[in-house]
Amino acid sequence: MNITGHDLILACSAIGAGLAVIAGIGPGIGQGIAAGYAANAVGRNPGAKGDITSTMLLGQAVAETTGLYGLLIAMLLLFVKPLVG
Amino acid sequence: MNSIIAGAADVDFMIHGVFSYQLFGQTVWITTTHVCLLIVLLILIVFMICVRVKMSKADEIPGTFQNIAELAVEAVDNMVGTNMDKYAPKFRNYIGTIFMFILFSNISGLLGLRPPTADYGVTFPLGVMTFSLIQFNNFKYNKPIGVLKGLCDPWPIWAPINIIGEVAVPISLSLRLFANVLSGTVMMALVYGLLGVIATGWPAILHVYFDLFSGAIQTYVFCMLTMTYIRDKIGDN
Repeated sequence: MNITGHDLILACSAIGAGLAVIAGIGPGIGQGIAAGYAANAVGRNPGAKGDITSTMLLGQAVAETTGLYGLLIAMLLLFVKPLVG
Repeated sequence: MNSIIAGAADVDFMIHGVFSYQLFGQTVWITTTHVCLLIVLLILIVFMICVRVKMSKADEIPGTFQNIAELAVEAVDNMVGTNMDKYAPKFRNYIGTIFMFILFSNISGLLGLRPPTADYGVTFPLGVMTFSLIQFNNFKYNKPIGVLKGLCDPWPIWAPINIIGEVAVPISLSLRLFANVLSGTVMMALVYGLLGVIATGWPAILHVYFDLFSGAIQTYVFCMLTMTYIRDKIGDN
């Protein structure tokens, strides 16, 4: 079986896509920390539950962005195939 | 018909062209995004007309429909009010509009449509609109000299970094919304495309998470960030 340059690029794109979604680790840890501290804060001050929840969601959504960039790169590599000439 | 709206069969979450036409020598495609956008807008317009007719002869004791409409308006008013305090009346129209539009676009996946917000061509204009609003208010409240001062924040040598920071706002806003909705769409396409017959009934649970929960959260976040950025630019004037 001959492996052409085209095949090699496709295979490496798939590996690259897999590597790109490793970026999901960071937001996972970050969102977990945010949720943990929010639970802590609600425990201390149950009256401020609404404010704490909205602040937590906002912070988590911003932290999530880097993970989504990784996902986007993976999508581009898999479906748009920019490296295949 | 199904292939026009959702793209059935196999794993397929791409945008499809419905038909194309020539404009000034360029081929312009009408895609599934346009079709879904039109459906979402029709639903919204019909809803708004119903609300308008209903509220023109509003009762003292509200009925079900009047209750829903008042609940929505109060929720948006409340959200804008807590973030923008005395500037709230100026911005609640814009925030209310994009809130309804993004919310209905995101949950249109429940109706079997491909969510229009899973197309970067829809979310980027939303980001650009927010960006122009931010910069307009920056110039309005800080005056050009204040804007210049803001760009050269600690020292003038930081200006390029500050400019990049300003330009990154609409890109990160639109990419966040786009990638979130797209990931949900891809996930649902994988479930329906790869599992075939097994995927009957239970993917409803996934729809609740990917379409309803994720869609509502991203709508909320987009509006909150828009307000936060604008409020940040207005400052304490």
